Amino acid sequence: MDYYQTDLSQLHDDLVNKKISARELTKETFEHIKANEDDIKAFITLNEDAALKQAADIDQAGIAADQLVSGVPLAVKDNILTKGLKTTAASKMLENFNPVYDATVVEKLKAAGYINVGKTNLDEFAMGSSTENSAFFTTHNPWDLTRVPGGSSGGSAAAVAAGYVLGALGTDTGGSIRMPASFNGVVGMKPTYGRVSRWGIIAFGSSFDQVGWLTRTVKDNAYLTALIAGNDEHDTTSSLQAVPDWAANLNENTSVKGMKIAVPKEYYEDLNDDVKKVVKAALDHFESLGATVDEVSLPHTKYGVPAYYILASSEASSNLQRYDGIRYGFRAPDAKNLEEVYVKTRSEGFGEEVKRRIMLGTFSLSAGFYDAYFNKAAKVRRLIAQDFDKVFNDYDLIIGATGATTAFKIGAEIDDPKAMYMNDILTVPVNMAGLPAMSVPAGFSDKTGMPVGLQIIGKRFDEQSIYNAGYVFEQTTDCHKQAPKLGGQN
Amino acid sequence: MASKITKQQVAHVAELAKLEFSKDELGEFTTQLGSIIDMFEDLTEEHTEGVEPMTSATDRVNAMREDKAVKAPKEEVDALLKNAPDEDGGYIRVPVIIDESEDGE
Repeated sequence: MDYYQTDLSQLHDDLVNKKISARELTKETFEHIKANEDDIKAFITLNEDAALKQAADIDQAGIAADQLVSGVPLAVKDNILTKGLKTTAASKMLENFNPVYDATVVEKLKAAGYINVGKTNLDEFAMGSSTENSAFFTTHNPWDLTRVPGGSSGGSAAAVAAGYVLGALGTDTGGSIRMPASFNGVVGMKPTYGRVSRWGIIAFGSSFDQVGWLTRTVKDNAYLTALIAGNDEHDTTSSLQAVPDWAANLNENTSVKGMKIAVPKEYYEDLNDDVKKVVKAALDHFESLGATVDEVSLPHTKYGVPAYYILASSEASSNLQRYDGIRYGFRAPDAKNLEEVYVKTRSEGFGEEVKRRIMLGTFSLSAGFYDAYFNKAAKVRRLIAQDFDKVFNDYDLIIGATGATTAFKIGAEIDDPKAMYMNDILTVPVNMAGLPAMSVPAGFSDKTGMPVGLQIIGKRFDEQSIYNAGYVFEQTTDCHKQAPKLGGQN
Repeated sequence: MASKITKQQVAHVAELAKLEFSKDELGEFTTQLGSIIDMFEDLTEEHTEGVEPMTSATDRVNAMREDKAVKAPKEEVDALLKNAPDEDGGYIRVPVIIDESEDGE
């Protein structure tokens, strides 16, 4: 099964009309995955036996007519808990960890009858921009196997780009859905902070983390995001706001006419030329469709990366204290007393980048440095959020690039953490402010041939405007229809 | 690169974080962290007097729920214990914490 030929509602019709059974579909899905997985390595764990059984059960019970995901194979990032199915966060620390409950998002998908094909690779504990920080292996970009898929949801993005599945769950703390979406030519939405429950997501930066989808089409994304959104008593930061049926509003009447689009010069000026060219063409396209496009400024953008790395690392250093080798996960085999259990377990169980973040966070929170680093960064976070508020007084959407470059070569930046962090310059401010933002495929670089993503940022809880603009853009361009040639002949 | 953080400070932070590094690693981390902390210094040029720190983006205030104990089924307890690195008869084993005897195991 190659999912480039279909979408969720087409597939649902095929299942309901018995053109294909859920079991056949699942079987073909695994055949396609296994034919290409040696090259791409998107999955840490494949769930084949359980998925086939689940599909057979669904065939027997009948496809639910009102559930588009009933009998549809989808993938889940491996930092999202799946009951009884190994969940590792791509860390040696959780290499053999079997969750005893499902994340709320997984529970909702199960209730809707989805089929879980497996758990996708990521940077360890979602810390990274390339999947090179996975404790197990690096995922390869389906468009060019010598390049990274971006991160941290690189396995999910590659799975969608390779046509393995129509959608894969990701998480986004500083760009981890949008950046890989951009690098792989797929759609990736980070919903408003609080829109989706974080219950059962392996915590990284709790005031930033959000769950969302990587999909091939905008409409599939809108449908799937609504399916997992909503208040959850298990997550006290999950919002009480009603969840609209975004996908229902995406049709031939959807328009961007009269829409006011702001383009921050900080999201445009310093782009690589090849990326800039694609973004410029996309903005011209919006203008030709009747939107107004104005240049604005988000003056505190340049502080986004340092402030984010202080705050997110501080939260991570606290969240990751739980990995102490006592109750679950890895325990260093040669520890002789309690202190050694802690220190050896953590030193042997965590990878280098995770240790770096724990160190940065512990430093930023430590006596004598708290005011200069953590507190200062928290104040700058407020200024960044206020920059957005000001622009949104006059505009409906903010649009710019998702990343300044296209996917880089495997190994190119792994030894320079600071360069790696700078990849997040256009994505972290959104997480600081808790806004929704989506990366949609905008075209290809004339230099690298790799996909370029357009980032569409909206007001808090206004995912609809983002989906509308993304949908119109997608329907009036054709880059999302292009597929990578699998088998290494790109 | 000259940096504000010293090897001693990095060793102290490692102790707080319950991490240990070899001598080489410590040197490498000091250089790397120093360079990242230099980047953090960019923030000092921004005046933030009177700005309220922002530590969350949630729209909720004091989300409350009833405080009641929920008994976990035995299967859940068993599954939890299966994740423990060392388990014995429903308990998690840990190495000795306080060793009072001369030749204690």
